Amino acid sequence: MTAQRFPAFSRLLHWLMAAMILAMLFIGIGMVASLADYHWLLSIHRPLGVAILVLVAVRLVNRQINPPPPLPADMPAHLRIAAHASHGLLYALMFAVPLVGWAMLSAARYPIVLYGAWQLPPILPQNDMFYAWLRSAHTVLALALFAVFLAHLAAALTHAFVFRDGVFQSMASVRRAKA
Amino acid sequence: MNEQQPPGARYRLWPPHPRALAGLGATGLVLAGVAGAFAYTGGFLSPGKLTQSRFIDRFQALNGVHPGFRRNHAKGVCVTGSFASNGAGTRLSRAAVFAPGSVPVIGRFAVGIGKPFMPDNETEVRSLALSFRPAGGEEWRTGINDIPAFPVRTPEAFYELMGASAADPATGKPDPARMQAFLAAHPESAHALGLIRARPFSTGFANASYNSLDAFRFVNAGGISTPVRWTLAAVDPYVAQTPAPDAPRDPNYLFDALIARMQQAPLQYRLVVTIGRPGDPTNDATQPWPADRERVEVGTLTLDHVEAEGPGNCRDINYDPLVLPDGIAPSDDPLLSARSAAYSVSFTRRAGEEKTPSQVQVPETQTPSAQAPVTPSDTGKGS
Ligand code: HEM
Ligand code: HEM
Ligand code: HEM
Repeated sequence: MTAQRFPAFSRLLHWLMAAMILAMLFIGIGMVASLADYHWLLSIHRPLGVAILVLVAVRLVNRQINPPPPLPADMPAHLRIAAHASHGLLYALMFAVPLVGWAMLSAARYPIVLYGAWQLPPILPQNDMFYAWLRSAHTVLALALFAVFLAHLAAALTHAFVFRDGVFQSMASVRRAKA
Repeated sequence: MNEQQPPGARYRLWPPHPRALAGLGATGLVLAGVAGAFAYTGGFLSPGKLTQSRFIDRFQALNGVHPGFRRNHAKGVCVTGSFASNGAGTRLSRAAVFAPGSVPVIGRFAVGIGKPFMPDNETEVRSLALSFRPAGGEEWRTGINDIPAFPVRTPEAFYELMGASAADPATGKPDPARMQAFLAAHPESAHALGLIRARPFSTGFANASYNSLDAFRFVNAGGISTPVRWTLAAVDPYVAQTPAPDAPRDPNYLFDALIARMQQAPLQYRLVVTIGRPGDPTNDATQPWPADRERVEVGTLTLDHVEAEGPGNCRDINYDPLVLPDGIAPSDDPLLSARSAAYSVSFTRRAGEEKTPSQVQVPETQTPSAQAPVTPSDTGKGS
C-alpha cells in the first residue's frame, strides 16, 4: 500500500524551495562569521530571501488548488499531529524569516537592494530599537527554521528507511505515476 | 510489502527490528552531517577564526564598552546639507548622484577612536561620514578619513595592530616591543604610518580633507568600469596644527570650533575623484596612488546645519562603505567587505543599547542663521 503522490507542481515547489531555504540558512550563518565573504553573500541573501517570500505565497495558494495527498490511513494519531504541526510551523517560518529580514533592514533605514538599482521600499519607519529587536528575531527564527527543518528531514528519512509507508515517495519520487 | 502485518504495525519501533535500527542509524548520520556542516559554516567549530563579532570584541576590549556609541569613531556630531553635482562624474559613473543637480546629504564628523568621552587633544584621525540621498531611494554612503593612507592592508593586520597597541597590564602602556614586532612583520604598515606622520593634521575639521583610502570602481552607462578613489577637499585653506595641542583646553575644542565655524557660513568641500591607471593597487589602502593621476572634480558638498547626535539622525545610521548605488561598486580591497561586516556588528550592538547624550552638544543659540537649517526630515525619506 503506497500513499498517493503530491501533484507535480507541488513537488517542484517543494524541492526548489528546499534547496533555496537550505542555501539561505547556510549563507546566513556563514556570512555573519566571515569578513571576506560577508558582502557578496549578503548581496545574494537579500534577493534569494525575497524570492522565497514570493514562492511561499505561491505555494500556499497552490496548496489550496492542489491539496496534498492524505497520510497513510494506519499512521498513528500522534505522528499525524506531529506531521501537521511541523508542516504548519515550516510554512509560518518560511513567511516570518524573510519578512523579518525585510522589516529589520527597513527599521535600520538601509536601502533594501535586490540587484543593481532594484530595491524594495521600507515596510517600517526608521527606529534603532525596532531594528535591534528584529535583528535578534531574524536570528532566532532562522535557527528555529533550521531546527524544524532538521526534524522534518529526520521524519522524512524515517518514513523512507524505517516506516517504509510511501510518505517519502509521495514527495521524492520523480517517476511518472503508475497507472 | 509482502509481510502480513496488522494496520499501523510498521510505525511501531518496539521491539526494535534490526532493519529499523539500521534506518534510524542512517537517519542519525545524515542529521549529524547536516548539523555539523551548519556549525562549521557558522564558525562555531573554529574558535580561532577572525569573525566580525571577534573584531568588535577587540574594539571593546581596547576602548571599553560605551553603550549606545559606535565601537570606533565614537565621538561625533551630525551635519546636513547638499551635494551639487556638476555632471563631470557621469562619464565615469551612472550613479544618480553624479547627474547634474543637487542631492540632500546627511553626514557626521567624528574622531577616530572608540572612546566617546575622550578629550579632543588626545585624538588624531578625524573623519567625515556621508550619506547621499538622490531621489528614487538609492543611497551612497561613505566614511572617509583625513589621512593619506590607511595603516593596514588587511583586516587581519588591523586586528593584530590593535592587539599590539593594547596597554600592557603590567605597565598600563603599550609594549613598544610588540609594536616593533608588528611593524617588522608588516613593512607596508610601517610605510603607511610614515606617510601619516609626515603630514601634520590640520587645525580643525573644517580645513581638513578626507580620503576614501579604499579603492572602488565607478561603472558608467556603457558598463565601463574605472578604478577610483575619492577625496572631499576642504575649501577652507589647510592650516597645519603644529605643535600638537596639549591638555587641558576645552576638551571638545575641535567640535566646538567646527560648530562655531558653521555658525558663520556653510562649510564647503570639493568632491575630487582620482582615476587609477592599470597597475595601480586597488587592494592595498596603505599605498596612495602616484600624485600625477588624473583627478576629476565632480561637484561641491555644502554642509549648513549641525546638530547633536539624537534619535533618527546620523546617530542611527550605519555608514557602511558598501551601501552603494548602481554605478559605484567595491574593488578587490579586502578591507571593504570586512568593514561592512564589522560596522554591521557595531551598529547592531549599539542600536539595541540605552543611549547616553553625546559629549558634543550644539548650543541652541548657535544654530546657523545664514541659511534655513536643513533637517533630516526635510532632506530624506523616513528619517
Ligand atoms: C532536503 C530534505 C527534505 C526532504 C527529504 C523532505 C521531504 C518531504 C516529504 C517526504 C514530504 C511529504 C510529507 C507528507 O506526505 O505530508 C514533505 C513535505 C513538506 N516539506 Fe519537505 N523535505 C525536505 C526539505 C524541506 C525544506 C527545507 C522545507 C522548508 C522549510 C520543507 C517543507 C515542507 C513542507 C511545508 C511540507 C508539507 C507540504 C504540504 O503539505 O503542503 N521540506 N517534505
Ligand atoms: C528564508 C529566508 C531567510 C533565511 C533562512 C535567512 C537566514 C539568515 C540567517 C541564518 C542569518 C544569520 C543570523 C545570525 O546568525 O545572526 C541571517 C542574517 C541576515 N539576514 Fe537573513 N534569512 C532569510 C531572509 C532574509 C531576507 C529576505 C533579508 C532581507 C531582505 C535578510 C537579511 C539578513 C541580514 C541583513 C542579515 C544579517 C547581516 C548582519 O547582521 O550583518 N534575510 N539570515
Ligand atoms: C578592517 C578595517 C576597519 C575596521 C574593522 C573598522 C571599524 C570601524 C567601526 C567598528 C566603526 C563604527 C561603525 C558604527 O558603529 O557605525 C568605524 C567607523 C568609521 N570608520 Fe572604520 N574600520 C576599518 C577601516 C576603515 C577605513 C579603511 C576607513 C577609511 C576611510 C575607515 C573610516 C571610518 C569612518 C569615517 C568611520 C566613522 C563613520 C561614522 O561617523 O559613522 N575605517 N570603523
